[in-house]
Amino acid sequence: MAEPVVETHGLRRDFGAKVAVEDLSLSLRQGEVFGFLGPNGAGKTTSLKMLLGLVEPTAGRARVLGAPLGDRATRARLGFLPEHFRFHDWLTGREFLDFHGRLCGMDRARRARRIDALLERVDLVDAAPRRLREYSKGMLQRIGLAQALLHEPALVFLDEPTSGLDPLGRLLVRDIIRELRTQGVTVFLNSHLLGEVEATCDRVAFVKAGRTVHELTLADEAHIAFQVGLRLGSHDGAVLEGLARFGRDVEARDGWVRMKIERDETLPEIARWLIERRVDVHEMRAERRSLEDWFLDIMGQDQRPG
Amino acid sequence: MRSVRAILVMAHLTLHEALRRRVLLAVLIGGAAFLVLYGTGFHFVEREVHRQVGAINRVQYRITLNFFLLAGLYAVNFLTVMTSVLLPVDTLSGEIASGVIQTLAAKPIRRVEIVLGKWLAYVGVSAGYLLLMAGGVLAIGRVLSGLTPPDVAIGLPLMMLEGALLVTLSISCGARLTTITSGITVFGLFGLAFVGGWVEQIGTMTGNDAARNVGTVASLIMPSESLWQLAAHHMQPAIMSELHLSPFSPASVPSPEMVVWAAGYLVVALAWGLRGFQKRAL
Repeated sequence: MAEPVVETHGLRRDFGAKVAVEDLSLSLRQGEVFGFLGPNGAGKTTSLKMLLGLVEPTAGRARVLGAPLGDRATRARLGFLPEHFRFHDWLTGREFLDFHGRLCGMDRARRARRIDALLERVDLVDAAPRRLREYSKGMLQRIGLAQALLHEPALVFLDEPTSGLDPLGRLLVRDIIRELRTQGVTVFLNSHLLGEVEATCDRVAFVKAGRTVHELTLADEAHIAFQVGLRLGSHDGAVLEGLARFGRDVEARDGWVRMKIERDETLPEIARWLIERRVDVHEMRAERRSLEDWFLDIMGQDQRPG
Repeated sequence: MRSVRAILVMAHLTLHEALRRRVLLAVLIGGAAFLVLYGTGFHFVEREVHRQVGAINRVQYRITLNFFLLAGLYAVNFLTVMTSVLLPVDTLSGEIASGVIQTLAAKPIRRVEIVLGKWLAYVGVSAGYLLLMAGGVLAIGRVLSGLTPPDVAIGLPLMMLEGALLVTLSISCGARLTTITSGITVFGLFGLAFVGGWVEQIGTMTGNDAARNVGTVASLIMPSESLWQLAAHHMQPAIMSELHLSPFSPASVPSPEMVVWAAGYLVVALAWGLRGFQKRAL
């Protein structure tokens, strides 16, 4: 198996007496979109900054693209959009990208080609000759994204990349992340917008109080993704036993029968089977178990005292 | 090679910033205003001195106008100090505080190169400003009186070193402290050296060794004022400095070793700043 793109073991960072990140242990595979989820102050940004070499870990081991943290040659293959996207606002959009291209060691021709393509991609061609000072929040975030992708990095860190964007801007970012995945680029996405993450990520890790507390492969978890609720006419225990063949955790409570099923296709099978048994079906609901349910579940458990 | 290129890219950006944000323009307009004022003053002073002594006493004429030229250079020295401290004081601390530095430091550039690029640009600005302003003062003297102070080629580099020293302190403090703390620290040091310099002069003239030692210690803590005094000593006729004919004729001339001390001081201050920035969480 290929070497992980990011691998950390017990990474820790203290700021004085405050522990920002206690134990970060992660492994990212090449080409995946990895979501890093947690409430504010959980240590997401500090974790990401450690991986980028902006903050030195107090303890622990890590490798990024096969090299130790902060390695200069490796940084040429990393892209980064910071959370607060503050840039040199006296530069124009094009100058800003050109300067960052020079820092990446890109030659003039390649810079010109990439800058044109990216300005087009983030829809800022018209704004390119204007100074960043005149940009709106959303425009700054988009030019910041262009900056992160300019040098065609192998691994991109996006810290809350849609925080300043309107719904159309968010769709744009979502599309760009999907394009990156098809190009084999690994994306590390910090976010607390669960809808975003659910729509784009292959795998997520939940971080709470500086610790990775749970990992979830979204594609895998889809097989227990449906929670089905049935309001049935008179039925007996045999019906409940029969339903168990379609899924698991069958329970009857408050006039509802609830169960979990694996696939969407199971729903009509359940309906057909109930009708064949002459059981009246008054109502049938299927809800996908959302990332938000997971999030609340995981964060909630952890918050219990003791 | 790669390092050099990275440093030059940073220096270029820094100069570009100084130009684009119009701070340089403001500094230059202020400088031009000073030169106009000084030129006007010099014109009238020269006429008066010439009327009183010029025709009969060439030495007296020269001493008086050389004193006035030194006064002009002293003002330039002070303006250069202000420029050297204020222009670069927020270049690191400001970018750290705002987060601008994050996208920069995540690029394949060493932190040392970021600092050295900025340092190089501001040392250049400080030296260029000094040359322009001192050149203006000297040109005014030359044109209006035909006089040039002696040993300008020794004096100006000493003043440049003073500017470079203050740029270095300003940037190095900014690598570790907030903008306001850095400004206060560097001006505090400059003030200490300034007062220390005068205490030393008075101590020497009155024969008070304690006061003299206080001054010496102050100039070791911060050698900026000594560099000016040494520069001023070189840029006046021997008779002026021997007879202590002006406030710019130091009673105790700083030893040439002070230049070595100041250069070493600069290197250590730069290394201290580099180290602070290297370790800093951004």
